[in-house]
Amino acid sequence: MSFAEPIPRERKPGGRFRLRGRFTWPLAFTAAAVLVFIYYYLDTLGYIFPGVSDTIREWVPLGSINEALIWTMAALGLNIVVGYAGLLDLGFVAFWAIGGYVAGWLMSDFFSMLNINILGNPAPFIKGGIHLNFWVVLVAGAAVCALFGVIIGAPTLRLRSDYLALVTLGFGEIIPQIFHNGDDVGGVNISNGTKGIQPIDSLQGLVVNAEGIGFHTMGPFDYLSRYIVFVILTAIVIFMSLRLRVGRLGRAWLAIREDELAASAMGVPLMRTKLAAYAVGAVAGGIAGVAFASHVAAVLPDRFQFSISIILLAMVVLGGMGNVWGVMLGALVLAWFNSTGLPQIGNSFNDTFGTHVNFPSYSFLIFGGTLVLMMLFRREGLLPESRTRLVLREPERTDMEALGSDMEEQSPELDQIAAPPVADDRSRS
Amino acid sequence: MTSSASAIRAPQLAVRTRAIAGRVAAILILTGAAVLLAVNLFHAPVLFFQSAVIGLGNGVLYALIALGYTLVYGIIELINFAHGDLFMLGTVFSAFTLGGLGLASSNIQGWLGFVVVLVGAMLFCAAINVTIEFLAYRRLRRAPKLAPLITAVGMSFILQFIGQQWNGSTQRQWPSVLPAGHFTIGGVNIDRSLIVVVLVTGGLLATMTWIVTKTRAGKAMRATAQDQDAARLMGINVNRTISFTFALGGALAGAAAIMYEQTVGTTRYDAGFQLGLIAFTAAVLGGIGNLTGAVLGGVLIGLIQGLNDGLPYAFGQEWSQSVVFTVLILVMVFKPTGLLGQNVGEKV
Repeated sequence: MSFAEPIPRERKPGGRFRLRGRFTWPLAFTAAAVLVFIYYYLDTLGYIFPGVSDTIREWVPLGSINEALIWTMAALGLNIVVGYAGLLDLGFVAFWAIGGYVAGWLMSDFFSMLNINILGNPAPFIKGGIHLNFWVVLVAGAAVCALFGVIIGAPTLRLRSDYLALVTLGFGEIIPQIFHNGDDVGGVNISNGTKGIQPIDSLQGLVVNAEGIGFHTMGPFDYLSRYIVFVILTAIVIFMSLRLRVGRLGRAWLAIREDELAASAMGVPLMRTKLAAYAVGAVAGGIAGVAFASHVAAVLPDRFQFSISIILLAMVVLGGMGNVWGVMLGALVLAWFNSTGLPQIGNSFNDTFGTHVNFPSYSFLIFGGTLVLMMLFRREGLLPESRTRLVLREPERTDMEALGSDMEEQSPELDQIAAPPVADDRSRS
Repeated sequence: MTSSASAIRAPQLAVRTRAIAGRVAAILILTGAAVLLAVNLFHAPVLFFQSAVIGLGNGVLYALIALGYTLVYGIIELINFAHGDLFMLGTVFSAFTLGGLGLASSNIQGWLGFVVVLVGAMLFCAAINVTIEFLAYRRLRRAPKLAPLITAVGMSFILQFIGQQWNGSTQRQWPSVLPAGHFTIGGVNIDRSLIVVVLVTGGLLATMTWIVTKTRAGKAMRATAQDQDAARLMGINVNRTISFTFALGGALAGAAAIMYEQTVGTTRYDAGFQLGLIAFTAAVLGGIGNLTGAVLGGVLIGLIQGLNDGLPYAFGQEWSQSVVFTVLILVMVFKPTGLLGQNVGEKV
């Protein structure tokens, strides 16, 4: 009897969706992005049949695709912290908020006593304030978030996993509250309080609309132009996640996730690696925050609630912790479902059956239920990473329990190794 | 030789410097808090004690909720995120039953109704807690730690959904059957309902201490908390013991719920989230897994919050949550074992 034998491989879950090859998923992502672009470009030019166009606009509006892309960026950031490094972060909304407020500070007339404009794009009626270019702000937001990731992480990362979750949750509550009460922090206005900061400068760049293609300022309804920017940003975050995952740092994260003690014995510097996970995750959160601020052209403190952290977590868990493409799909699906799908399904349900069920109020049940059911029945997510599946399927047990002293619940895969299945009627309760 | 010797000593030195720096920081923070309190005490003594009394009233309720966290954590090392929302369901349950019985004033019927609904809310919350454990946590007992934690977060959302459907998505006002009015000692107003709350809480705490320390079930709980496998070998029904622990925690949350509903007079579907976090902070402050610690932590957090909200030189009510969470983070950073917790070390 040897424990060195591999655990018998089970049926591959979701075998149909398992694509082979390194480039399949990136190509699929690019193709999907280009297809959506082409469709909506034709739509803006008016080449699509009105019936088809209306249905698609009702069910998959470009605005909700943009928002879903922003959710995807944030979820991918959380995936680095939770999926790669195995550190449960329940306050990820803090980074989103910080990124948003960096955009608010650097792309609006908030600091009206200053008048700085570096390739910025203030609206004509606005005087004063800091107006930096969107891409500069993006870098600034990412940097500030990375800094905050380190600040939050440094004193807390030596805590145990469940304590860490609580501390991050604490930060996730404190930081939005600072922005919420930020109109008077020791007499200084840092965030306009509940009013938030608006308007935020609109983007400048490749504008694609019915009037043609050109480089100028995007209007509030140039969703297609912003779509291009957000797809590029999402691609950057995906690229970052994928490349880090295979590198030295990524392997160190996985080692920590699977066994912290063994990893540190193998010479992985625990603190530095965990801090790196926090910082990189926060960078993605910050990018999402800046993107979201420019998407809605405002930062409002009431948006940054605990439920956002949980929805992000649900996206990561649903898609498959650690798998970039799974998380991306989970994020796109849940974000669409939250913003458009649920109300739309509700409307058509109510129209068809003549009922008055308030479907959006079921979002709590849906997100909570997703988390619970996924954890109970498919812990590795819909599109699992092969490693995660093994780790999460493997029960934590001591040697004695593996030999069968555990009377409570048996794990067939280990029993098969320990002893071939003979006539064995230990109580199964 | 010398270089290698210093290289060996260097990490130790670093560790010691870090420990000393941590201690100095902790002392500075505590001194700062003490100075702030002293200034307030001299500046406005009546307000100080008034805020302390209000804080104490909240604190005993936090203690009841914190006990639920600490009991569950002590036995299966799970932070039961859904506990705060269980408490919220308890407030909604007691509000609707008391309202449904038509009790709105403090007379004999009101008092009887209060006792009946108190028992009802305790049973209700205990039943929900046991059901959640049976349906979800029990299957995940051997799973990696992340799994039950995420499940608990999901459960918390499901309970919030139930609360939202039941109570509506806005705050509701309810009449109280507890005696209204207050009496005054040295300028400090003490609500009559506060006396009821403190008495009921004291009785429950005594009962629970008796159950945990003196009865067979309590002995089984303590044994299971120490070592599940050994407990099983000694003939303890571990599943039943864990269910019993959840029932006990739920019952305490139910009791806290009706008293909160009766003293505050409102129910809200997301009230449980904030209160649950505060109570969890209390449990951590006292040393999670330690029953006395949970009560001490609850009262302390209540006092901190009350003083912060009421005192002239403090952060004020809009920073209430931040203050509590800062306390949580500081405790985690400087003394993760809490005030009364022993350092048991992480089970590897």
